Amino acid sequence: MSATLLEAKGLCAYYGATQALFGLDLAVEAGGITTLLGANGAGKTTALRALSGMVRVAGEIRFDGRPIAGRPVEQIVRLGIAHVPQGRGTFVRQTVEENLQIGAMTRHDHTEIATDIDRVYGYFPRLRERRRQQAGTLSGGEQQMLAVGRAMMLRPRLMLLDEPSFGLAPLIVQELFDILRALNREANVSILLVEQNASLALDLADHAYLIETGRLVIKGPSRDIRDDETVRRSYLGY
Amino acid sequence: MNWELLLHQVLAGLATGGIYACIALAVVMIYQAIDHLNFAQGEMAMFSTFIAWQLMNWGCPYWVAFVLTIAISFVGGLAIERIVFKPIHDAPILSHIVVFIALFSILNSSAGWIWDYTIKDFPTPFGTRSLIGNGLISAHDGGMIGVTLVLLALLYLFFRHTRIGLAMRAAAANPESARLAGIRVGWMVALGWGMAAAIGAVAGMLIAPVVFLEPNMMIGILLYGFAAAVVGGLTSPGGAVIGGFAVGVIENVAGTFIPYFGRELKLTIALVLIVAVLLVKPSGLFGRSVVSRV
Ligand SMILES: Nc1ncnc2c1ncn2[C@@H]1O[C@H](COP(=O)(O)OP(=O)(O)OP(=O)(O)O)[C@@H](O)[C@H]1O
Ligand SMILES: [Mg+2]
Repeated sequence: MSATLLEAKGLCAYYGATQALFGLDLAVEAGGITTLLGANGAGKTTALRALSGMVRVAGEIRFDGRPIAGRPVEQIVRLGIAHVPQGRGTFVRQTVEENLQIGAMTRHDHTEIATDIDRVYGYFPRLRERRRQQAGTLSGGEQQMLAVGRAMMLRPRLMLLDEPSFGLAPLIVQELFDILRALNREANVSILLVEQNASLALDLADHAYLIETGRLVIKGPSRDIRDDETVRRSYLGY
Repeated sequence: MNWELLLHQVLAGLATGGIYACIALAVVMIYQAIDHLNFAQGEMAMFSTFIAWQLMNWGCPYWVAFVLTIAISFVGGLAIERIVFKPIHDAPILSHIVVFIALFSILNSSAGWIWDYTIKDFPTPFGTRSLIGNGLISAHDGGMIGVTLVLLALLYLFFRHTRIGLAMRAAAANPESARLAGIRVGWMVALGWGMAAAIGAVAGMLIAPVVFLEPNMMIGILLYGFAAAVVGGLTSPGGAVIGGFAVGVIENVAGTFIPYFGRELKLTIALVLIVAVLLVKPSGLFGRSVVSRV
């Protein structure tokens, strides 16, 4: 059994007076890949936003044993949690390379930043070709790669990814997921992955959570969930 | 056509245009950071200029007072953001307008109360003699253009080539995403206010020898600054600068050469320009509608 890197207990989240998460328990193992599944509006994005401090929360969140619930986003990020948001969060007017430098803004090891930019280009050669280009002119897939690259520049211990496959061609999705797997293995980045594409996510992840209207439905090893015919039929739709 | 007079007016226009460019740039910087027009930008610059006058009155040499005033204004701008605007940053636009108007009249009336409303002379470090030829451009006008260009170059280098400059651009462009990169967006906004106040201070000190120092000295200039910012497009710092120089030149040349316009109607030109540009191109001449693909 490996150590728990991130743990939420009884996590509730609120948009103004509206509650969107109702006491969610969730854990991400150090070095593991966990996926969070659910239909539209189930609260997946909200769960990620709650973990990185972007919405008002109640309940307990621990990262590496430290309580982080209620802390401002910038502080949580600086602990090593990189959040690749739904919609990618591209800085459209800045160049591709500036986007990557923005991702490294919390670091001060200048030579290593240059090395890491090179490493990102190694994973995503297409970004190297477009390094001087305005990021807003990139294709959707390229912007998604850039978002992952920007998150890598933080040298995170945990990466939260919100529907990275959204709007991408199957071939590009496959490429992206291969890179996520490589990141997890080679750079020891733990991953919490939110996905609509359940079959793909279950292939990548070792643990899975399924939520519905802000509440946990089922959790367990990905294999078990994939093999559970009822769950697959009624929730995952394949 | 009197070509020498024209050249003289163009150069004089570039000199005052540089001031409009600074004010426009300060307005654009704050607009980019908080999505509101700072109506008090001119009054902040006026107040800074009074501080410089006071320092010189106490015996500070010009350039010492110049640098001290920039530093004091920077801290003042930062403080205004932290104390007044940070707490209301989620408030609706009307609350912002009310606070801007309050800030405007507080600065205006306290300057009048401290230093009274009589017109004061403000010194120029460049002298008033002719710089080239027979009165083509005065030394002060030349100095104004020079200082403005140095200031703009420094700002360009700061925003293009420093990490903190990039962080400020990121925070203004996409605050949520900037936060997710660990950037302290609130402090970047405060820094923007500090810099805008400092830029305004430079503009105020440079224009004061021309318009004389008094609490209402910046009202017309702010209007030109707004015109420049709108002409350039509120989203484009470079556009604001070009807009500033353009408004300065147009104002001077039109004021001299268009019959009946005279000096009296010069201020109207600013308003006509704003309306004309907005009618033709609502985002301003250089305002970009973002290029993006999904
Ligand atoms: N800014 C907001 N204000 C109010 N309610 C919100 C807001 N954002 C989300 N919600 C509500 O919270 C619930 C969960 O939304 P959330 O975006 O987390 O769903 P999701 O699982 O990510 O869906 P999708 O797969 O469509 O991205 C929904 O009922 C939604 O209407
Ligand atoms: Mg979502």
